[in-house]
Amino acid sequence: MPINKLPRGVAIVGAGMSKFGAFPDKNGRDLFVEAYKEMTRSVDKGLDPSAIECFYLGNFSSDLFERQGHTAPLLADAVGLTPIPAARVENACASGATALRQGVIAIASGLYDVVLVGGAEKMTNLPTADVTDTLATAADVPFEIAAGFTFPGFYAAIATAYMARYGMKPEHLMNVAIKNHDNGALNPKAQFGVTIQKWMEGRVAAALKKGKPAPAWSDIWDFLHDDSANPMVAWPLRLFDCSPITDGASAVLLVAEERVREFTDHPIRILGSAQASDAALHDRADLTSLPAAKLAASRAYEMAGVTPKDIRIAEVHDCFTIAEVVASEDIDFFAPGEGFKAAEDGMTAREGAKPINTSGGLKSKGHPVGASGVAQAVEVWKQMRVEAGERQVPGDVPLAMTHNVGATGSTCVVHIYERRD
Amino acid sequence: MEIARHWRLKQQRYGLVGEVCPHCDVKIFPPRDVCPECGGEAKTLYTFSGKGEVYSYTTIYEAPAGYDETAPYTVALVKLEEGPLVTAQLTDVDEESVQIGMPVEMVTRKLRQDGDERGMLVYGYKFRKST
Ligand SMILES: [Zn+2]
Repeated sequence: MPINKLPRGVAIVGAGMSKFGAFPDKNGRDLFVEAYKEMTRSVDKGLDPSAIECFYLGNFSSDLFERQGHTAPLLADAVGLTPIPAARVENACASGATALRQGVIAIASGLYDVVLVGGAEKMTNLPTADVTDTLATAADVPFEIAAGFTFPGFYAAIATAYMARYGMKPEHLMNVAIKNHDNGALNPKAQFGVTIQKWMEGRVAAALKKGKPAPAWSDIWDFLHDDSANPMVAWPLRLFDCSPITDGASAVLLVAEERVREFTDHPIRILGSAQASDAALHDRADLTSLPAAKLAASRAYEMAGVTPKDIRIAEVHDCFTIAEVVASEDIDFFAPGEGFKAAEDGMTAREGAKPINTSGGLKSKGHPVGASGVAQAVEVWKQMRVEAGERQVPGDVPLAMTHNVGATGSTCVVHIYERRD
Repeated sequence: MEIARHWRLKQQRYGLVGEVCPHCDVKIFPPRDVCPECGGEAKTLYTFSGKGEVYSYTTIYEAPAGYDETAPYTVALVKLEEGPLVTAQLTDVDEESVQIGMPVEMVTRKLRQDGDERGMLVYGYKFRKST
C-alpha cells in the first residue's frame, strides 16, 4: 500500500488538560471545560473561539459511564462553540488519538483551517465491577468476555507469551511501574503523583497512625512483591502493573500550516499520522507484539520521513506495564525481546537515551480512556516547547511520537510531531 | 437477542462449531462468514474436535461479576489442532501445573453464575487437561 503524505500541513498551536483523578463533584462536561480553558490559555497569541470551525471528541462510553449519549454537541455547547459541527469518535481506549487523526484529516483535506480536538471520560461514578463490565465491551464480548477474561487478563496472557519467548520475569515489569511513577510524581496533573517509594512510606505512616504494627518492607521491591501491598490481579500482573480508573479530559487546537503564525511562533507540526486495525486477540499469529501498532508506527515513520533513531521521546499506551514493553518494541525503539531490558537499564527514563512516558503514562498520570490519546499529545507539546517543568527531559526535543491503543490492539494510532519554530 | 442469533451462538458455545472455508480449507473460529485467509465466502459449518494445546494463559484473581465465586480461575488462549485460537476457561486443573503447550480437550461447563438475570449464556465450552 502506498504511503500517503498529508496533502496540507497541520500543527498543534494550543494544548491543555484537566487534572486527572477521581472527582465525585465533576462530570465529563466540567472536566472538558477545564481542559479547554487551559488549551485556550496556552495559545501564545491568544485565541478567538469564533475561529474554531469544527470539533472532534474522543470518548469511549459516556453512555454507560454517565448514562449520557450524544456527547460531542453537549461539550461543544459547554465551551460556547455551537453551532460548529461536533462529532464523537469511539475506538475504545484509542478514541482520543482517533479523534486527533480525524482533526488532522479534516484540515489536511482543505475543508477546515482550525479544528478543536478533545478527549473526555468520566469513569468513577460507577462501582468498579460496572467499570470492568463497561471496559469489557471493547473486547469481543461473546467469544472473549464470556470465557471470564478481563482486560488485565488479556495483557497478562500477552505477558505470559512474552515471558516464555524472551525469558522476561514478572519483576522486570516493575521497572516500568517504578519509572512511570517517578515521572508522574513530577506531573501536577497526575492522578497518582507519587513515587512508589513515597507510596510505600505513606502506607507505613497510615498503619502507625491507626496504631497498627508498621509493615516491614525493606525497600520498594519488597513492597511490590508483597501480596497485601501489591495484590495479584491476573498473574503475572499485579495492581501496580495496571493503570487506574480515572476521570479526566484533554484538548488540543489544530491549525492549517499557512495560518499557524496567527496563533503562535512555536507550533508543533504533525509530520505523520497513521492508524491500523486488527481482530481480537484470538485471531493473532503472535501475542508478543501488536501487529496494528507495528503497522501504524511504520506508516507514520514513512509518512514523516524519519526513523526511530530520530525520535527523542515517546508517549506510549501503558494501560499495563507489559503494554509499554511491547509498545517500545512495536515502535521500533528496541528490537523484539529487548524492551524489558531497556526498561531495566534505565534507557526509557527521563535521562535515558529513549525517554518513554515522561508524563507518568497511563499508569501514574491516569487513564480516562477517551482522553488518554489526546493527553499524550498534550505531553509531547509541553516537552517539545520546554514547558514540562521538573519532568522536562534534558536537551532538545525536535521530534516526538505518541502511540495510542484500543483494547488489545484492535486499534492503534501513531502520530509523529516536529518542533518547527 | 433475536432467536436465530441466540440459537447460533448456543451451537457455537456448546459444540465449538465454526466454519471451514470452501475455497482454501482454512478452519474458522469464531465464525464470521468471510474467510480471514482468502476473503472468500465461508458459510460451511465445521465442528472442531475440541483438542488443542495451551497457547498462552493467565490466572484471574480479580474476576468480573458473575465469575467471582470461582476466582481465582485460569483462562487461556487454546490453539485448536485444526489451527484457530479459542479463548476459554480451563477447568479441573491445578493452576500451578498449567503451562504453554499443555494438551487440553473441550468440555461443556457452566460459564457464569448470574447468566439468567443478565440474559447471558450460562453454559459453554471450557478446556481440561488431556493426556
Ligand atoms: Zn479461504
